[in-house]
Amino acid sequence: MGFNFSKNEFNQLLESLDQEYQIYAPVRKKKKDSFSANDLITYDLVKSLEEIELTAKSKYSAKEIVFPIRETLFHFVEGEQFMASDTDDKYIIFLRPCDRNAFKRLDKIFLENGPEEDIYYKRLREKVKFFVIECTTGFDSCFCVSMDSNTVESRDYSAFLRFEEDGVSCEVNDQDLAAEFEAQAKEIDFEPEFIRKNKIEVNLPDRDKLTNEVFEHQLWTEYSQRCIACGRCNTSCPTCSCFTVKDVLYDENKKSGERFRRWAGCHIDGFTEMAGGHNFREEYGDRMRYKTMHKIYDFGERFDFDMCVGCGRCDDVCPEYISFSKCINKLSTIIEEGV
Amino acid sequence: MALTAEKSLKNPYLSQKAEILEIFQETEIEYTFRLESDFELNFGQFLEVSIPGYGEAPISVSNFTDQWLELTIREVGKLTDKIHNLETGDFLYLRGPYGNGFDFENYRDKNLIIAAGGTGLAPVRSLIEYANNNLDQLSDFEVLAGFKDAGSLLFERDINRWRQNFDVLLTVDKTCDIWGECVGLITEHIAELHLADIENTEVIVVGPPPMMKYSIIEFQKLGVPDDQIWVSYERKMHCGLGKCGHCKIEDNYVCIDGPVYNYAEVKEIRD
Ligand SMILES: Cc1cc2nc3c(=O)[nH]c(=O)nc-3n(C[C@H](O)[C@H](O)[C@H](O)COP(=O)(O)OP(=O)(O)OC[C@H]3O[C@@H](n4cnc5c(N)ncnc54)[C@H](O)[C@@H]3O)c2cc1C
Ligand code: SF4
Ligand code: SF4
Ligand code: FES
Repeated sequence: MGFNFSKNEFNQLLESLDQEYQIYAPVRKKKKDSFSANDLITYDLVKSLEEIELTAKSKYSAKEIVFPIRETLFHFVEGEQFMASDTDDKYIIFLRPCDRNAFKRLDKIFLENGPEEDIYYKRLREKVKFFVIECTTGFDSCFCVSMDSNTVESRDYSAFLRFEEDGVSCEVNDQDLAAEFEAQAKEIDFEPEFIRKNKIEVNLPDRDKLTNEVFEHQLWTEYSQRCIACGRCNTSCPTCSCFTVKDVLYDENKKSGERFRRWAGCHIDGFTEMAGGHNFREEYGDRMRYKTMHKIYDFGERFDFDMCVGCGRCDDVCPEYISFSKCINKLSTIIEEGV
Repeated sequence: MALTAEKSLKNPYLSQKAEILEIFQETEIEYTFRLESDFELNFGQFLEVSIPGYGEAPISVSNFTDQWLELTIREVGKLTDKIHNLETGDFLYLRGPYGNGFDFENYRDKNLIIAAGGTGLAPVRSLIEYANNNLDQLSDFEVLAGFKDAGSLLFERDINRWRQNFDVLLTVDKTCDIWGECVGLITEHIAELHLADIENTEVIVVGPPPMMKYSIIEFQKLGVPDDQIWVSYERKMHCGLGKCGHCKIEDNYVCIDGPVYNYAEVKEIRD
């Protein structure tokens, strides 16, 4: 069903949704970016259309709403374990097609990979409704079209929204919400549109042509000299799902404390370190190679699509100006031309 | 941060309490803990073992029956130090079992050779015990175990018992002090194994990465095909559930797809 809202009507809709949902959207925070006087575009709670940042890409994705940076798994006291409690909050997340598709990647790891579902991810994920922001122009570093993540199927969103000069047009796909939309707006015909060409295109290398020489190629040695293993490409990536588990002890006598998990990144020191100090990927270039292969090959071998959605955030945040799309294209050329 | 939350039975991250029934000192830094257990286990699987407050670690089950299981733990850090201070009657916290383990059907009626370096003996010990009790299910069975020195010899009481039933070749890297058996690196002794009928032989290699690498080269030189070689890998692990990502090598998650692999399938994979 399609609807059209004036700005006022849309704000009334948000007000009514706010009664039941925590509404998250990209927002602009003035001069809050860590390394400059720039504004920080990030996810936060919103109550009105005016708070939503629609002209710039967010530095971080919405993944932390469902996969928090630090999350308590359980508390323990005197030998008993108590699963960390959960709120009754329900969420609406405004996000672009690439970021919606990124959640499909997270779903694969947390809900399908291995013998069990990740209950912490699941209990948050089940309470999320996606409002997809129409994106037909993208940004400079985007390559979602090459990664086949520029479009979203209608079953993957509750609403699809086109933000216009004087209002919002949208499609609603969710019985829970249809009444609220109908109450505020007039019905129209609506057909979602998607970006069909980015400024950047990547050629995904042919997996059958991957040889051992590719792993040893000097391409990776060059990254060893440039990458500083800061892990910003991991934290900004909407599909990076790795974590480390740690304990804290509040009181040694009562044996009370908590076990929590925290985001981990394959570029960061210690990710593969074993007892005795042995590291499986010491060189930073090997970490770049590992991440690249994971994002465009390994994940796709287990599931039916690649992990990277081409959002370009890793390029945007890298302090060493390492570009992931350039890396993919260099790799392609090397593979096509034969090593 | 309310402590009133429900305790869910389906939460794979919660662990269960297990009482320590007996402790055996193996070496200065390695102890075997026998724990009460109702886990259904396969040879070579591992558990996530913890003392809440001190961390959690993947540890191989080094032997098991229906009533108990054993863990052989080397003291290397925060959690393992704490575990070594525990006594009989204390508790460890366990979840699992994880990993595929060794499928005995791959070895039934074959000549089985197990080459293990140091603590690599832990993940194969339950398989060795099974073989020892069921020698009629193998056409030949032999174990080659390498240790740094006499001080690092593991499972001494078992080895003496096993030797009554099948050959256990011991090698010592540095000195000659294990029962006067003095033979150098494990790789130098692979040629002495019973390898006459290679077609009908399966080889399991477990140990530190360099030991595995060079032992496999020796077996290859003697004509053992890659698909008759089996390995068990160790990687950093934080979940055992295929979620945390630390153990991944290419498209393999060692915690769920391994730790046991047929070498032909993994010889090309790169960390
Ligand atoms: C499948 C598998 C089976 C294992 N079986 C045994 C066994 O039977 N007996 C045994 O003694 N050890 C075994 N280990 C190794 C054991 O898990 C580590 O020694 C243990 O995690 C160290 O914990 P710690 O808290 O005492 O050390 P820490 O204080 O955490 O750290 C000491 C060192 O261990 C590394 N480390 C920390 N966590 C892990 C982890 N989860 N996996 C690997 N290394 C880690 C650290 O990076 C550091 O270098 C096994 C590991 C794996 C992956
Ligand atoms: S790898 Fe880079 S471009 Fe791909 S999804 Fe992650 S942050 Fe976006
Ligand atoms: S953001 Fe750049 S420098 Fe930092 S770890 Fe990633 S590739 Fe390396
Ligand atoms: S140990 Fe976490 S994915 Fe394997």
